[in-house]
Amino acid sequence: MMVPVVSVVVVALLLWLAVWTVVARDAFLAVAAFVVYGLLLALVWVRLAGVDVALTEAAIGGGLTGALLLGAVGRLRRTEAATTSEGASIATRILAALLALSVTAALMVAVLMLPEPPPSLAPMVVPAMPATGVGNPITGVLLAFRALDTLLEAIVLVIALIGVWSIAPDRAWGGRPGLRYHADPNGILAYLARVLPPLGIVIGIYLFWAGADHPGGKFQGATILAAMWMLVQMAALADAPRTDAASLRAGIVIGPLVFIAVGTLGLWTGGTFLGYPAGWAKPLILTIEIALLPTLVLVLALLMNGPPSRRAVP
Amino acid sequence: MSLLLDIFSVVAIVAGGFFYLAGTVGLLRFPDAYTRLHALTKADNLGLALVVIGLLPQVGSLLAGLKLLLVWLLVMLSSAAVSQLIARSVRRQEPR
Repeated sequence: MMVPVVSVVVVALLLWLAVWTVVARDAFLAVAAFVVYGLLLALVWVRLAGVDVALTEAAIGGGLTGALLLGAVGRLRRTEAATTSEGASIATRILAALLALSVTAALMVAVLMLPEPPPSLAPMVVPAMPATGVGNPITGVLLAFRALDTLLEAIVLVIALIGVWSIAPDRAWGGRPGLRYHADPNGILAYLARVLPPLGIVIGIYLFWAGADHPGGKFQGATILAAMWMLVQMAALADAPRTDAASLRAGIVIGPLVFIAVGTLGLWTGGTFLGYPAGWAKPLILTIEIALLPTLVLVLALLMNGPPSRRAVP
Repeated sequence: MSLLLDIFSVVAIVAGGFFYLAGTVGLLRFPDAYTRLHALTKADNLGLALVVIGLLPQVGSLLAGLKLLLVWLLVMLSSAAVSQLIARSVRRQEPR
């Protein structure tokens, strides 16, 4: 079996970046390496013909997680020097190394011991795809065959946001999250925040809509939409929303609520929770997807914003 | 005709790769942040332009070609804006 040179180079780079991310002394450098690692990993997924996974990795693994980690670096900056100079004891380091090595070894054993051919439900899914009316098998699996997973995922996101919000001090509860950004209203950032969002919104909605039949979907689209919103906030063209606004909270919970409503409907019509009645799969999937979009955009952006920190103005 | 187009593609993409290489050498060798940014933005924008121009004859449809052009424009917009922001942040940290 010939392995193309490009694959070898990309994998070598990926491993090197992974090691670099772990050993980097400076948190900022580690996060920078992590973002590049995510983008390179997306490239690997493209080479493995997993375009859906590649899009998700680039948008969420590299982009969103990277931005969240950068935010964390900013908050930790004051205490970072003290933490690194303190250092960990030799015993802790050996323990950490052993733990990391044993996880790696376990994963390697698991991958190498996979039966040939690997167990797969794909042959059962493919003939059932037409019944869903969706062209992209990934979307079909996420919203028809494993819809319960997707529902729980959406609920987990909402719970994560509640978790972040609950760090807020009492006096800031319901106020706007994060610090108010200051930027030159005639600067390059403000220019970018005016030029890019129209394009970004179109691309985000396109990715969302294309997800029915092509690689793409609500998560990737929502990440781009959330990024556009963050860009506008960072350029100080708009402030973060008040977290006690009823419309905001309604937008956050609408996705899981509609999902559960459709699922309950399935109890009567399809016989099981989340069972779609014959012929109604596509419209119901579309309803869920459209309802999930505001939830995802709001949650992803508000996770970036962080806990409410400014006093709620009555 | 298609052979000519293929040769054009190869020449343009190789030239693009050369400019990327030059930009990367500049990034590694130049002494301070401003000159490094200068090398990166100029050379990489030219490199990307040449790669996109080289790929254009190879795309199957008009839509794919337009998408390539859009990617090019978006990368130019973001790299120009981001390099400005980086330079400004470097300048703010410098002692006056």
